[in-house]
Amino acid sequence: MGMLTVSNLSRSFGDHRVLDDVSFDVRPGRMTGFLGANGSGKTTTMRIILGVLAAHGGTVAWHGRAMTPAQRRRFGYMPEERGLYPKMKVGEQIAWLGRLHGLSDTDARARTTRLLEQLELDNRADDRLEELSLGNQQRAQVAAALVHDPMMLILDEPFSGLDPLAVDIVLAVLRDRAAGGVPVLFSSHQLSLVEQLCDDVVIISGGSIAASGTREELHDRYGTTRFELVVDGDAGWVRDQPGVRVVSVDGPRALFEPDAGGERRVLEAALRRGEVRSFVPVVPSLEEIFKEAV
Amino acid sequence: MTTTTPSRVDAPADGEDVSFWSATRLVAEREVRMFLRTKGFWIGLAVIVVGLFAAAVLPSLFGGGSTSVATVGPEAARAVAAADFDVRAVADADAARDLVRSDEVEAAVLPDPAGTLRVVALSEAPTEVVSALSASPPVHLLEPGEVSPAQRQLVILVFALVFLMVAMGGVAIAQGTVTEKQTRIVEILVVTVPVRALLAGKVLGHTLLTLGQVVVIAIAAPLALSMGGQSALLGVVAPALGWFVPFVMAGFVLLSGMWAVAGSLVSRQEDLGSTMGLVMMLVMGPYFLVMFLSDNATALAVLSFVPFSAAVAMPVRMFVGQAETWEALMSLGLLAVTAALIIVLAGRIFSGALLQTGSRVALARAWRSSE
Repeated sequence: MGMLTVSNLSRSFGDHRVLDDVSFDVRPGRMTGFLGANGSGKTTTMRIILGVLAAHGGTVAWHGRAMTPAQRRRFGYMPEERGLYPKMKVGEQIAWLGRLHGLSDTDARARTTRLLEQLELDNRADDRLEELSLGNQQRAQVAAALVHDPMMLILDEPFSGLDPLAVDIVLAVLRDRAAGGVPVLFSSHQLSLVEQLCDDVVIISGGSIAASGTREELHDRYGTTRFELVVDGDAGWVRDQPGVRVVSVDGPRALFEPDAGGERRVLEAALRRGEVRSFVPVVPSLEEIFKEAV
Repeated sequence: MTTTTPSRVDAPADGEDVSFWSATRLVAEREVRMFLRTKGFWIGLAVIVVGLFAAAVLPSLFGGGSTSVATVGPEAARAVAAADFDVRAVADADAARDLVRSDEVEAAVLPDPAGTLRVVALSEAPTEVVSALSASPPVHLLEPGEVSPAQRQLVILVFALVFLMVAMGGVAIAQGTVTEKQTRIVEILVVTVPVRALLAGKVLGHTLLTLGQVVVIAIAAPLALSMGGQSALLGVVAPALGWFVPFVMAGFVLLSGMWAVAGSLVSRQEDLGSTMGLVMMLVMGPYFLVMFLSDNATALAVLSFVPFSAAVAMPVRMFVGQAETWEALMSLGLLAVTAALIIVLAGRIFSGALLQTGSRVALARAWRSSE
């Protein structure tokens, strides 16, 4: 059972149904990637979890019981459209948000300092938010979501607009929280990026859940594992092997999908014929899984 | 490195939750702190205080010099000696006329061939000199006015202007609310604290700021008046000032809920004009009505009980001595109840409108979509 359980959520805007029977779990200590194209219902789902938007059906439960507003207030939230006070100093602003979440003044300041250090933003603490670059504003936004040590993190596209270095910094901070037992749900439409980041995956399409599970489960379920063989001579002979569907042959390189045990027979055949340069399974990317699931 | 204690994460209980009052206080604290940093706040206050001192002190500096009079002969000198004139004795009538022509004296007093005295002036009869030389009948006023009509007008103007400044100060609440909607920080705030605490904090914060300004003005005004030597006026203004402070504050609270609603209905600063119109009317209307109708006791009496104009009309009535204490108390009570009512209504509309972005939110829709 998940710590956060979303069950049968539905929501319409006018006649347009944006969420239809959406259910999934978010488990403690894991980074759950919430994937979907733009407009697929990611933000709507997150806003409903946080109580910013009302659901027209379904429930959101925390430890199996309907979530209370008091519990929601201990979540950390990063909205899709970023926003902090433009004219307020970064450090002051994050500490203030911490106090708003119930921290003492001293605690709030101490945690702000620590977070800004972790996010490598400590040298900008006394600058007004509007003076920061967009990437740095985004780091400040992450700090705002984390300052009160939330018991759950809900981050809408936390990595969009970050340069690769900043992605690593933010990711390290998030992983740190997840390692402490905090469930992290984050949405993204950049599949290749999410591939490396998440433990669990929820794929939403057109307002319904298309697939969910651990990354490995999804790979098993959707991706047929392929193998790539590289030999010395021409690899065309692979086409004649039984129990193998060849995807492509390019000179010494062959890509094929074997039946059960088929890859072993191909490897043995290759060894009999001469030198094998390389023989590797090709795991399907999340992008391929996504395309297949949606 | 991890700062999270697992026990806290696992606890399904509510844990520490910020109370409504703490949330309100924190929101108010931020509003005050941020506002004290803006230049506009201090400039506005400085302009008012400097203006007060200027209005009270300058007249006595410029208008204060005593009238200068040239005299010819001992009889003329004796006649003006009693009055507080700057007397210059000259040899003959021609010398006196020259002084008048060259504007060095305002009038000359000469012996008349008929044996009496003659006053010579340039273009207008010098009222002060003439009345000093003539025997006026004794005047007994049944209800002596301690302030001149000009002073009265000035005090009413100052009351109305301060009210205008205070009431328009509420625009900051509307602008702040729009900023929060525009930057979407409102989503974080709404997840963190009750929406009504957000409204309450804004109203509280700006009420405190305004109270600070009004108190400064209420202290500066008597100081300015005593510096200007206007102690008679001070005696009448002081009690009215005592009434003005609570009235103007209650008036501010009344309007602040409406300013917040005006801000919550739109999502961009550019659209704020469309929702502020009504509130502006409720500020400007009383200002102009009191200014124009200050001589009409009946109209002023009505205005002093209408909550929106009471904040300025009732202190003015107290100042001119047209209202009894019980009237002021009743009007203040009415104003306070109305303000409380408006804040409650505003709370509902504010909660309903705050998270709706895009085009302007209709009042009825905001009302319905609130829980």
